[in-house]
Amino acid sequence: MKKKHYFGRGAMFVLCALFAIAFLLPTVLTITNSFMSESEINSNYGMIFSTTTGGYVSETVNLKFIPDKVTFSQYINGLIKSPEYLLKFWNSIILVVPIVIFQVVVASIAAYSFTRWRGKIRSGIFFFYVILMLMPYQVTLVPNYLVSKWLGILNTRWSIILPGMFAPFSVFLLTKFMRRIPYSLIEAAKMDGAGEWQIFTKVCLPQCRSALYSITILVFIDYWNMVEQPLILLQDADSQPLSVFLSSINAGEIGLAFAMATIYMVPSLLLFLHGEEYLVEGIANSGSVKG
Amino acid sequence: MQKRKKTKDRMKDIGKSLCFLSPSLIGVGVFFIVPFGVVVYYSLIDGVGSRNFVFLDNFIKLFKNSAFLMAAKNTLTFSLMAVPLAVILAIVLALMLEARIPLKSQFRTFFLSPMMVPVASVVLIWQVLFNYNGTVNEFLMIFGADKIDWLQSDYCQVVVLILFLWKNLGYNMILFMAGLANIPKELLEVADVEGASELYKFFAIKLRYLSPTVLFVTILSLINSFKVFREVYLLTGDYPYEKLYMLQHFMNNTFKSLDYQKLSAAAVVMALVMVVIIALLFKAEDWFGKDVEG
Repeated sequence: MKKKHYFGRGAMFVLCALFAIAFLLPTVLTITNSFMSESEINSNYGMIFSTTTGGYVSETVNLKFIPDKVTFSQYINGLIKSPEYLLKFWNSIILVVPIVIFQVVVASIAAYSFTRWRGKIRSGIFFFYVILMLMPYQVTLVPNYLVSKWLGILNTRWSIILPGMFAPFSVFLLTKFMRRIPYSLIEAAKMDGAGEWQIFTKVCLPQCRSALYSITILVFIDYWNMVEQPLILLQDADSQPLSVFLSSINAGEIGLAFAMATIYMVPSLLLFLHGEEYLVEGIANSGSVKG
Repeated sequence: MQKRKKTKDRMKDIGKSLCFLSPSLIGVGVFFIVPFGVVVYYSLIDGVGSRNFVFLDNFIKLFKNSAFLMAAKNTLTFSLMAVPLAVILAIVLALMLEARIPLKSQFRTFFLSPMMVPVASVVLIWQVLFNYNGTVNEFLMIFGADKIDWLQSDYCQVVVLILFLWKNLGYNMILFMAGLANIPKELLEVADVEGASELYKFFAIKLRYLSPTVLFVTILSLINSFKVFREVYLLTGDYPYEKLYMLQHFMNNTFKSLDYQKLSAAAVVMALVMVVIIALLFKAEDWFGKDVEG
């Protein structure tokens, strides 16, 4: 009986390990391939991206883990010789950072309102936020486009930043976190004569510090990964973020693309490694649409 | 007297709550609600600037539009494959991490990591794997299978499906893990004492308690599967193989021709479909919530 148990756990471990390899492989391969030289990349993948010119091209595709010779040449090419990529990376930052900061600030104020006061109308509004949060881009991009046109900000960064600042996702999640703060804390602060703004900044916000962090991570990856909005709202190729531009790197520069793809994952992977616990808590709390 | 004071307090509360809510509410109003009202209006008239109400004409045209129908069909086909897999595999992952095995927290990290990797960063690997001369075909040839042109054949949705699952399973797994953690331990201990099999424990106890989570993850995956355009676009660009022409492709093309009537009608139709799905979600949370709470 006991032996069987051990066997089951062993099998489970092997299964987990297999899944883990499958989950890690694409990321790891992208990173290791970014350290290969241009000629090695060309000989490995020349068959696929057939526009490569010159050099030895292998008959078959060699998907390799470990570079023959580790080199940073792709990074040097990408970062120093062609500032174009650096510019696109900067575009991503300048779009995403303001959205994350303002969305979290606006949302925490609104979440306080949803936490502190309840009523039929207010829960109606909250319900509406949930619906809006769940709408796909096919629905929300048309109104965004119209407003941007009216305000004359189409094809500028503001057409993405402004709607992003008010996206309802973090309002929803923060409200769920804030409603778990014991009401007695707020009551006590009120007794001490604190105003609403003071209760909000001195009691509420410190209580949900970890929630703010987990929401920051979730909002960041969402926008760091954006494709739909810039495609519609930013026609100008120069202002596209790297998340869109990476796919248009032409076939002759595959090595470079690997390096830039790796650079692009670094910020979100760092956030992940640093704040995994918070991220998990944030996801677990999104597990029901009701407040 | 007492009553008047109460209403005064209530008015004060409403005022205060509005103060805090207003930045968000104004933003949502300006960027989503008001323009969506205009979208609804556009969907009912026969041209921007005209005041000619044509009511359902734009919608009838939309449902006769072959590109829209194809996009809707492809999106639905994809969802029908993706959603069950996204739910079942995520439960499997969550259950695996419940077992007493070493390196558990590392495994969780590994399963969750794809969520943090931008899709744009890994599409290169997907292209190498699923190219006609790619690694997957080489592997299949060892077993004597024929080469498949993955992205240019009816198999193309499979490639996107794998990318979708790779990216989304971690998130769903965390939701199931949270659900599993909420099952009363005593119940499982009693089952152990009574000598219940793992299978029985799963179907009779765990799945019952997980049912609200199952439902939530189902709807969430359905919504996410509508967003799969991103993966398709990064893998195949503006003009994918026919089977990968998604609703967002249709919208993008319509944006290019700036046919506001078509765009608006499509946005309204999709909003309505989403509202129905979300209403089902709320209803279902009610049904299951009652069942388990007792």
